[in-house]
Amino acid sequence: MIRRRRNPVGVVILAAIGLAFFALPLVGLLTRAPWSDLPDLLTSDIVLDALRLSLIASLMATALSALLGVPLALMLARAEFPGRSVLRGLVLLPLVLPPVVAGTALLFTLGRRGVIGEPLNEATGLVLPFSIWGVVIAATLVAMPFLVITVESAVRNLDPKFEGAATTLGAGRWEVLRRVTLPMIGPSLAAGLLLTWARAFGEFGATITFAGNLQGRTQTLPLAVFVALEQDRDTAIAISLVMVAISLGVLVLLRDRWWKTR
Amino acid sequence: MTGLKADLGVSRGEFAVGVAFSIEPGQTVALLGPNGAGKTTTLEALTGLVRLDSGRIELDGETLDEPNRDLFVPPEHRHIGVVFQDRVLFPHLSAVDNVAFGLRSRGLGKQAARKRAGEWLDRLGVGSLADRKPAGISGGEAQRVALARALVTDPGLLLLDEPLSALDASTRVDLRRLLADHLSEFSGPSLLITHDPAEAFLLADQIHVIEDGAITQTGSADDIRLSPSTKYAADLAGLNLFEGSTSGGTVTIRGHQLRAADTSTTGPVLVTIHPRAISIHRSRPEGSPRNTWETTVLRIEHYGDRVRLQLGVPLAVTAEITPGSEQALKLKEGTAVWISIKATEIDISSQ
Repeated sequence: MIRRRRNPVGVVILAAIGLAFFALPLVGLLTRAPWSDLPDLLTSDIVLDALRLSLIASLMATALSALLGVPLALMLARAEFPGRSVLRGLVLLPLVLPPVVAGTALLFTLGRRGVIGEPLNEATGLVLPFSIWGVVIAATLVAMPFLVITVESAVRNLDPKFEGAATTLGAGRWEVLRRVTLPMIGPSLAAGLLLTWARAFGEFGATITFAGNLQGRTQTLPLAVFVALEQDRDTAIAISLVMVAISLGVLVLLRDRWWKTR
Repeated sequence: MTGLKADLGVSRGEFAVGVAFSIEPGQTVALLGPNGAGKTTTLEALTGLVRLDSGRIELDGETLDEPNRDLFVPPEHRHIGVVFQDRVLFPHLSAVDNVAFGLRSRGLGKQAARKRAGEWLDRLGVGSLADRKPAGISGGEAQRVALARALVTDPGLLLLDEPLSALDASTRVDLRRLLADHLSEFSGPSLLITHDPAEAFLLADQIHVIEDGAITQTGSADDIRLSPSTKYAADLAGLNLFEGSTSGGTVTIRGHQLRAADTSTTGPVLVTIHPRAISIHRSRPEGSPRNTWETTVLRIEHYGDRVRLQLGVPLAVTAEITPGSEQALKLKEGTAVWISIKATEIDISSQ
């Protein structure tokens, strides 16, 4: 019989406090929840609009992150070029910056008067802020780094001999990527997409700064919570519960499915 | 079909490889050398995973790489089957999809590719494992899948990188036979890359010994065994290697019987006797009569501080002694001597 190594008592106690740190806020939320009014609160226009926008925008941000983030991760992991570490720092910057700073930067770049936003507006009439595109762009900026770091480290850890073998079997670069590289980093890619989605779903600071807070257009669930907190606490709690339920459901369900196969 | 003509120059920092050889269609050539001699670089240059710095590779009349003329055919357009060291099967694909991979790359439809892959798995005796992932099969089975994957596209050149080294002794003998069968069936040139002299001697028609990035000797297994031209070649060539059979500790090699310490193994075996394990006497020594016999010194070769003796009938073996013993025994070519081998020095691995 192999006995598991036991942790010191101190570790167990600190771990319990750590767990309480995660669990107690949830308990607070649940005990204050207006359970009987919940159906009415959750079917209000404000909540339904925000829910729809949050789901659509976070999925679009995840898709955009996959489209741009996976190639970026591949380049950072494999390509040899000067200044790569500077570039990697740049990509990871949104992880450490306050999102409101990211939103401000977006405003002065892609906003109506922004460096790129203004000529874009003049040429096409497109206004990114105060539209769902603004929400998607803000969420992508802060969420994509999660995908890039996860995929980059997976690609780095992938032994290139598999791709070499695929090449000798007649597969061109694109085919090697599609049939060997991506499937082999599949679990990490899935985990990265999940983290990215979760970050995009909960995004607040960059969104409110860059995209504004218009119900039905840019007001996502976190923004709706923030507004409701000032006016109607029950609604704020109700929306919070929705976010907790969706996030927890997705994390538990998908995490088990994807990470078991490793 | 004109086979392979290779003149490879690759430099990697301090280390440079410069080797030239050719392989006729249907011929198996071995590149035999220690680790770090440039074997893997040679393989990578042939597959196109590494570019030549100088020289030229020509396969069946087509130039694959010639830096002087700026010619380079990328790996995916070379028709070369490779059995990689450690096999390198794709872990996310089943055995049949691993074998079908090359067919799919070459444009064959999914169903047709899987059908053909399945036939090759059957031919190599692993048809029942078609739907298993590489993680779920044994090393020997994986090696068969890897061989099927290399052969299924009917390549113009077959490269085998240490195909048997990762296997245990009994699986190795099975696979060596299988490999020998498929090498003789394969109509193109084959290159075997190995550090194991037994593998090279048994599978290859011609052997190039490679050391420090250069070929130091070329010849048949017998050429290298009888007249090794470097210390390394002498080390591996002196090895006495026989195919035989054993039962209850009695080993039979070409009708000659020896006693081995291993009494539990039965059936066909590969017998190795180290040349220094053979003692030389001028008169009949004490000991097991089976492992003692009278013979003649056919040749005496000097390699620095050691002397190698080629001995004659009834069982031609190579022995190694010191120059001091040579003088004490007053050995000359043609001298009649007695030899004895301890039963514990007769190394057998079952076939």
